Amino acid sequence: MTIQQASFSPYDNNGGTCVAVAGADYCVIAADTRMSTGYNVLTRDYSKIRQLADKSVLASSGFQADVRALQKVLEARHLTYQHQHNKQMSCPAMAQLLSNTLYYKRFFPYYAFNVLAGLDQEGKGCVFTYDAVGSYERTGYSAQGSGSTLIMPFLDNQLKSPSPLLLPAQDAVTPLSESEAVDLVKTCFASATERDIYTGDKLEILVLNAQGIRREYMELRKD
Amino acid sequence: MSIFEYNGSALVAMVGKNCFAIASDRRLGVQLQTIATDFQKIYKIHDKLFIGLAGLATDAQTLHQRLVFRHKLYQLREERDMKPETFASLVSAILYEKRFGPYFCQPVIAGLGDDDKPFICTMDSIGAKELAKDFVVAGTASESLYGACEAMFKPDMEHEELFETISQALLASVDRDCLSGWGGHVYVVTPTEVIERTLKGRMD
Amino acid sequence: MDGPPKGGFSFDLCRRNEMLVKKGLKGPSFLKTGTTIVGLVFKDGVILGADTRATEGPIVADKNCEKIHYIAPNIYCCGAGTAADTEAVTDMVSSQLTLHRYHTRRESRVVTALTLLKSHLFSYQGYVSAALVLGGVDVTGPHLHTIYPHGSTDTLPFATMGSGSLAAMAVFESKYREGLTEEEGVKLVAEAIRSGIFNDLGSGSNVDICVLTKSGKKYLRNYEMPNPRTYVSEKGYSFTKKTEVLMTKITPLREKVEVIEGGDAMEE
Repeated sequence: MTIQQASFSPYDNNGGTCVAVAGADYCVIAADTRMSTGYNVLTRDYSKIRQLADKSVLASSGFQADVRALQKVLEARHLTYQHQHNKQMSCPAMAQLLSNTLYYKRFFPYYAFNVLAGLDQEGKGCVFTYDAVGSYERTGYSAQGSGSTLIMPFLDNQLKSPSPLLLPAQDAVTPLSESEAVDLVKTCFASATERDIYTGDKLEILVLNAQGIRREYMELRKD
Repeated sequence: MSIFEYNGSALVAMVGKNCFAIASDRRLGVQLQTIATDFQKIYKIHDKLFIGLAGLATDAQTLHQRLVFRHKLYQLREERDMKPETFASLVSAILYEKRFGPYFCQPVIAGLGDDDKPFICTMDSIGAKELAKDFVVAGTASESLYGACEAMFKPDMEHEELFETISQALLASVDRDCLSGWGGHVYVVTPTEVIERTLKGRMD
Repeated sequence: MDGPPKGGFSFDLCRRNEMLVKKGLKGPSFLKTGTTIVGLVFKDGVILGADTRATEGPIVADKNCEKIHYIAPNIYCCGAGTAADTEAVTDMVSSQLTLHRYHTRRESRVVTALTLLKSHLFSYQGYVSAALVLGGVDVTGPHLHTIYPHGSTDTLPFATMGSGSLAAMAVFESKYREGLTEEEGVKLVAEAIRSGIFNDLGSGSNVDICVLTKSGKKYLRNYEMPNPRTYVSEKGYSFTKKTEVLMTKITPLREKVEVIEGGDAMEE
């Protein structure tokens, strides 16, 4: 007789898509608000975006229980940082911290696909994109999650960034104005929602600039 | 790895105003190794009817031979070319015949009908027809193509704009897919002419 | 081997494909209709309903497909499962029934369609994966059946199938009653389909409805379209760089010349 055993699967995928676009003096970060499992919608109004510091925002899709745990760790580490340094963590510092936090669980990873975005010390927009175990890169734009394969080619087409191999190193920020970037993100999500069953319901957009943070919502298909 | 990803391919067809375009990449690979960089995946059935075959290249070529054969028999018997709708049904029937041992390819059919009405359609490997009014995609880059086309497509484009749109969508998509690329073949068919173009693309 | 098809399946690639699977290559995935399909019996006949989404994994392959298939002028059938199978099985039965009508000069009966469908599905032991809701009105009155892929059938006053069946059944169980009018019936079917469209990710897009009565059928294609695209950029998009073309070949097409046989042109 074959040996039978109950299998334990600690992961689930709650779907969803995150996109971030960095500009010269702003940063747009967006995610849909659908949380689902299998063919079921768990909720139509779940924010995947979390502000970790004054000028850094994290959007994550994947397994939302892991994402929540990850956010708690980062928030705790950021609190300690504030006590020790009496200032907010910068976005590039937060990016390194997120990478370390993810790699710390290299062999039992957080099932989270992250995009960290914000403004760097000079007030320039920055986007950091990750894999589940902490490999990361600073880019001009990024998409993560269930609809990323649909969105990425269109972003490439509209915002093609200079090769990271070019010397001297070029700025990775996009040439668009803030309103053009928001418009582009809306188009991306409207398109992804048409074809990806895990993306939909509502789009949450955060815009970071010198004035602070602005939040916008747009309705998406609900089927 | 899926058998559909053995050779790699990207196929897309779009409808314009009284015209259509069908495009493919040019790579033939064996998994990650590139074998040929000028591979034809779009075949002409008659002047106004084209079929693109994504998936396993050996099956695509075999299927194409059978389709040409069947179309020639039809021409002899009927003394006319097949309508795109009829041809789609033929392809569907040939594929469904092998329901339990399928050809590993996904066809994209595009043609101009009697009154020069454009017709596009795709199928899965067992012949489930999917008719669309705007665009259809197939191959290993299909997800990328869905996203690109969904964002770029506009209804009722004239043939120059249609060519630019389908080319941009194709090249943007294959650059995000490891298994397809090396430029593209594009056919734009209007009621009066067939415009065939070869596109320059990234060679990696 | 080629030539006029004799009908039936061909298994000649099975050995090769099995070998490929054994070598570690994954077999193909097929187009599925993740689907909500429903039907109910009302005062004067039967109403069928379906959503219009076809999926391949997590991707929507067709946003507006037709899942209510024609069987006979007085019989229609909703299909869920593998798209190719539902299409082929309904087409096949529909053609058999047409021949049967020519032979008998009588209107087809729903039970005949039911028997043809179930015996085909049963003989393929569930490998032809079609889950159907069959409805029609014949000389013996209105009928509604569900057919499962293995060939078992049910006869019901209201039925749902597909991945959205629970969402749709919840609506039917709370609101269905005997002797609904046509208007009430259509409203209830649309609500059940909408429930599937919005609560089941495998179903989506539009509502198709088909009303079958003694006096004829009404096929209400895209009866409701509750999911339009939510955003189209006002400015549209320009492409930053034009595509580089390596080679262009333009072939002008010749006008086809019509030859009219026995016309004046043949006279000497």
